[in-house]
Order: sequence, then C-alpha cells, then structure tokens
Amino acid sequence: MKVRKLRFMRALRDGLVEEMRRDPTTIVLGEDVTIGLMGVTTGLVDEFGSDRVFDTPLAELGFTGAAVGAAMDGLRPIVEYQISTLPYLAMDQLVNQAAKLRYMTGGQMSVPLVIRMASSGASGGVAAQHSDHNYPMLAHMGLKVVMPATPADAKGLLKAAIRDNDPVIFYEDAKLMGMRGDVPKQEYIVPLGKAAVPRTGKDVTVVGAGHMVVEALQVAEALAAEGVDVEVVDVRTILPLDTETILESAAKTGRVVVADDSNSFCGFAAEVAAVVADEAFSDLKGPVVRVARPTIPIPFSPPLEEAVLPGGKEIRAAIERLMA
Amino acid sequence: MSNETANILKEHGIEMFRSMVRIRRFEERAGELLDAGEIGGELHQYIGQEAVAVGICSALRADDRITSNHRGHGHLLAKGGDITKMMAELYGKQYGYCRGKGGSMHMTSLDLGIMGTNGIVGAGAPIAAGAGLAAKILKTDRVSIAFFGDGGAAEGAVHEAMTLASVWKLPVIFVCENNQYAISLKFDESSPVEDLSVKAAGYNMPGVIVDGMDPIAVYDAAKPLIEKARAGEGPAFIEAKTYRFVGHFSVEHAIVSAPYRSDEEVKKWKQRDPLITLRKRLVDSGFATEGDLDAIDQAAKDEVETAIEFSRADDLPDVSEALEDAYATPNEFLPAKV
Repeated sequence: MKVRKLRFMRALRDGLVEEMRRDPTTIVLGEDVTIGLMGVTTGLVDEFGSDRVFDTPLAELGFTGAAVGAAMDGLRPIVEYQISTLPYLAMDQLVNQAAKLRYMTGGQMSVPLVIRMASSGASGGVAAQHSDHNYPMLAHMGLKVVMPATPADAKGLLKAAIRDNDPVIFYEDAKLMGMRGDVPKQEYIVPLGKAAVPRTGKDVTVVGAGHMVVEALQVAEALAAEGVDVEVVDVRTILPLDTETILESAAKTGRVVVADDSNSFCGFAAEVAAVVADEAFSDLKGPVVRVARPTIPIPFSPPLEEAVLPGGKEIRAAIERLMA
Repeated sequence: MSNETANILKEHGIEMFRSMVRIRRFEERAGELLDAGEIGGELHQYIGQEAVAVGICSALRADDRITSNHRGHGHLLAKGGDITKMMAELYGKQYGYCRGKGGSMHMTSLDLGIMGTNGIVGAGAPIAAGAGLAAKILKTDRVSIAFFGDGGAAEGAVHEAMTLASVWKLPVIFVCENNQYAISLKFDESSPVEDLSVKAAGYNMPGVIVDGMDPIAVYDAAKPLIEKARAGEGPAFIEAKTYRFVGHFSVEHAIVSAPYRSDEEVKKWKQRDPLITLRKRLVDSGFATEGDLDAIDQAAKDEVETAIEFSRADDLPDVSEALEDAYATPNEFLPAKV
C-alpha cells in the first residue's frame, strides 16, 4: 500500500475534499469556515463555491437546527464547531432533534449530518470555557461519536462519518492537529464501530481514544524496556463502541486501564469499566483503573492545568498499580 | 366583501371549511377519548385556531414544507393528514403515522412535507430554515413554513432562524400564531411589544398582522409572501391573532386551580369561531347551502368515528420494535436492531 506522510489537519482536509467531490449534496458551514480559521476548511470555498461552503452568523442553535432541517431534506451538511463547548449552545437541536427525529417518527426521517468539533480538548492556556473534551456527553444521548487518533484514521473515519446516514459528532483532538503519520494514497474508508489495536501486548490493556492513545503508546514503549508488555486499544468511535475488541483484549491481559481525557464522573472510562466488569469479570486479575479528568473546570495557570489533565504520567502510574 | 376575498371564498372556501371541520371534530373526539382514559399521554388541541393552519396550507404546494409544534394536529390535517393514521398514533397503535413511537406531539408525515411536529417550543423554526436552505441549494422551488406561537416568539431558536433565513434569503415564512397565552402567561406579560409582527423589521423582512380567525384573510396575506419567497425574494413574518377555545392541554381544567382566562374573554372569542363565520359567508354568498356544509361536517364526524373504530381494533406494536428505528445506518454495537 502506497502511503505518504501527512499532518492530521491535512488528512482531515483531504477526506473532506474527497467526499465533497464525490457527493454534490455535501455542504460545509460554520463560523469562519471560508477563511479556514481552524485550518481544516482552508480553500474549500475556492473549489466548491459559496453555495456549498459558507460562514454562519454566531447562532449555534440556529445553524445547527438549519443543518438538521437541511439534512432531513436532501443535503449532507458538515458543520464545524470552532470550540468544543459550542454544543452546549445547540443542545436542543443536537439531542432533542437530530438524535431523536428518526426514532420518534417511526423511522420516517434520517439526519445525515456531521458536526466537526475542531480542536477539541485542552489545547493549553485557554482555561475553563475552551478546554472541555466532552466526547462522552452526546454519546450518552445516543449520538454517534467519533474520535480518531492518527492522521490515517482522521481521514478514513471522516469519510465514513460523512457517508453515514445518521448524525455523527466528529471530535478532532486539539493535541493531535500537528501530528504527522502515514496516510494511504488510494481511497479508503475506516468504518465506524471498529476499534484498532495499534500495539499488542500480554500484560495489561490500555483502552483509549484520541491523544490518549498516543500517550499510551509512548508509555508502552517506555515500559517495554522494563519488561511490561502493554496492549493498546484505540476505540476510534465512542458510539458505536467496539466492545468485542475491548473484551478480547481484557480476556487476554486480565488487566485494564482506561485512558480518558474527559470528566471522570459518568464518563467514557466508567462505561468501559462497566462493560469489562459485566462481561469479563472472571478474566480480571485486578480492578479496572480509570485515568480521567477530575470533574471540575480546567484552570488557566500552567501548573494548575497540568495538575488536572491526565496524560502519560497518570497512565503509567495506573499500569504500575495493576502490575504491582 | 372585496373582490379578492370573494374570489378566495369561491375558489377555496368549501375546502377550507372541510379542512377546518375535520380538525375540529378530530380534536373534540380526541379530547373525549383522553378524558375517558381510552388514550393516554397529553393532547394540545387546536380548537379555535383552525383558520391559521388552513389559511396557510391552502396557499401551499403539496411539496412545500412545514414545521409544526406541540399543538400540531391542525397543521398535519391542513397539510393533508390522514385521520386514521393520526388517530391510530394517539392510540399508540401499529397503523399510526409513527407506528406508535411519537404520539400526539410527534405525529408527522414526511411524505406530506411535514418535517416534524415538535414538543420543544420554537425548535421547528431552525429546521424550517434548513428546509429552506435545502430548497435554495437543490433548487427545488419549495417554500417552508415555520409554525410557532406567541410563546415560541420568545425563544432564541426562532430569532436565530429568522437571522439565518434573512441573511441567506431563504424561502421561509415564519407564522406566529398569537393565541394570547404561553400556557398561562398572558401575552402582554411575555412580550415587550403589542404586535409581534414589528420584530420582522429587525430582520429586514416583511411583517404582517392578520386576523387568525379568518382563513380567507390568512390565505390572502400569506399567498403573495409565499410566492415572493418562492421567487427568491426571501423570508417573511406573519402574525396571526387567534385564540384557543380550550386549555393549553386537554386535562388542564383538572389541574389548574384558578382559571387564567375569564369566561367573558373566552366567550368573546368564541363569537368569532372560524367555523361559524366561514359557514355564514359561504351560505350568504351562495357558494354553499347549510345542507351542503352540514353534510361536510357529518362526513368529518363519520371519518373520525371510523378512525376510532379502526384504531381500537388495530394491533399494538410488538415490544421488539422498541429498539428499532433509532438509526438509519445500523451497527452491531448500537442498541438499535438491524
């Protein structure tokens, strides 16, 4: 397979361009998308025109609802949220409308809509209202949620999200936007609901998504030198969640750490821990350990921010606890 | 009567009467069934406001779009809704529009261009703007209508939708049915202005006030605005002054300790019952006899009774269906069944 090295952001853009060329019903809208303030939509308006790529007024509830309506009526809108906290402004359209319309109308409607959370998470020094990484939130309400951890997956999963006939919330992890990686040259799709196992190991499983996968791989590399063999499961999509791959890995290693850069309370790590406890209890050699944010706002000052965000150090400590 | 009014009356009057009387008889019987405990849930009856939905929908093409609200039965019927499918939905039965998944507040038919009745006040307005966006981009020549009330006029969703529709010049008509009350909150306590239509100016769109008890007046005001929107001239705002003759929801009388509307006020509005005034006009102008209209009324009553009998006998959905219909693209790791 021929590959080339691309940055995460560029891989996203390539995926977007390919799908827009393929399907004339796709449109891109959001705040500052024509100038490409967040880097992914740069130049799209030149190729596809202002009918298909256009800026919205700062009316998140309104333009999300308009995207829902357009999706119900023949278009495939791809909406960019400039900040991952904007869904709070649009919650009714996301949860009460997009997520429920098909079900409550007995399957009459579909809402093929993608919401791109551009640069989600704590990008550093932007404090409480710009640092949330709320990927479990909408999955809790039944929306499909995707979070790639590599440039190749960023492209392949975005293409799958655009072709999906349901609303899909697509998280672009702020800490990965500059990451470089091999991206296949030929066309490909990465299906939703299929986890990846970027590293196999026999001693302990780390389950994660987004940049926590990258952190886990670095920790695994370091621990290998110390004789601990870590397996890393990248779930790729929060919902649908590939529990089969998680449970297979749990059965193999008997030790599970969940690396989740979101609030711990009622969170993604809690869900994975519950699934493993329910279905693989007899395979476990110890508790399922959660590595996640404390459920508080993110502070500004660097040492405070550092203290509350989970990363490699916390993953390593969790593994060491299980291996002790 | 102006020539224009006479022409509309002649061309659409009888159909308007039929449509309004179907709504009235459906809602009356639905209320009785709920009171009797035969159907469950909540019921927001459209009784008194029939002229608005019927006047607007009479001016639409079959493929035009509407979004409706919690008081949506009237909109659905005015757009061509099937009484049997609606009644079966109230019974939670298999034949219902949503196969029992939606009930009163979510019954809808996408085939009729109804992009949801909506239990969340104001939420249909951005969706109607989205339908307008699709119409503009896909060049389908369709117009979409957002129905909401004076309560909805306070919602941010409605105002954001108006901004988008105006900035993007979308073919959307915002129809505010000002029935004077947001549940119990009197209009003058929820609105800083006497006429909501003045808000249109802030969005640079035409705003008109119309008598919402008169389907001819509603049609007359709406038709040119709809055709302008269709021609690409952008959105408009119609405030229809109207009144619901019943409570916010059908069992309100059993819950609310003190009435928030006086008997005199309700009585005054009931004197302007759109069914009575349209009947009189049709008869006075010679377009129909009392007998003709009685027959239409009786046919509507019969249609409703037939729908009730059918719904009583219809099957309840199988419990296995509870996990179906949530997703269009299935996946083994979703709760929805393939």
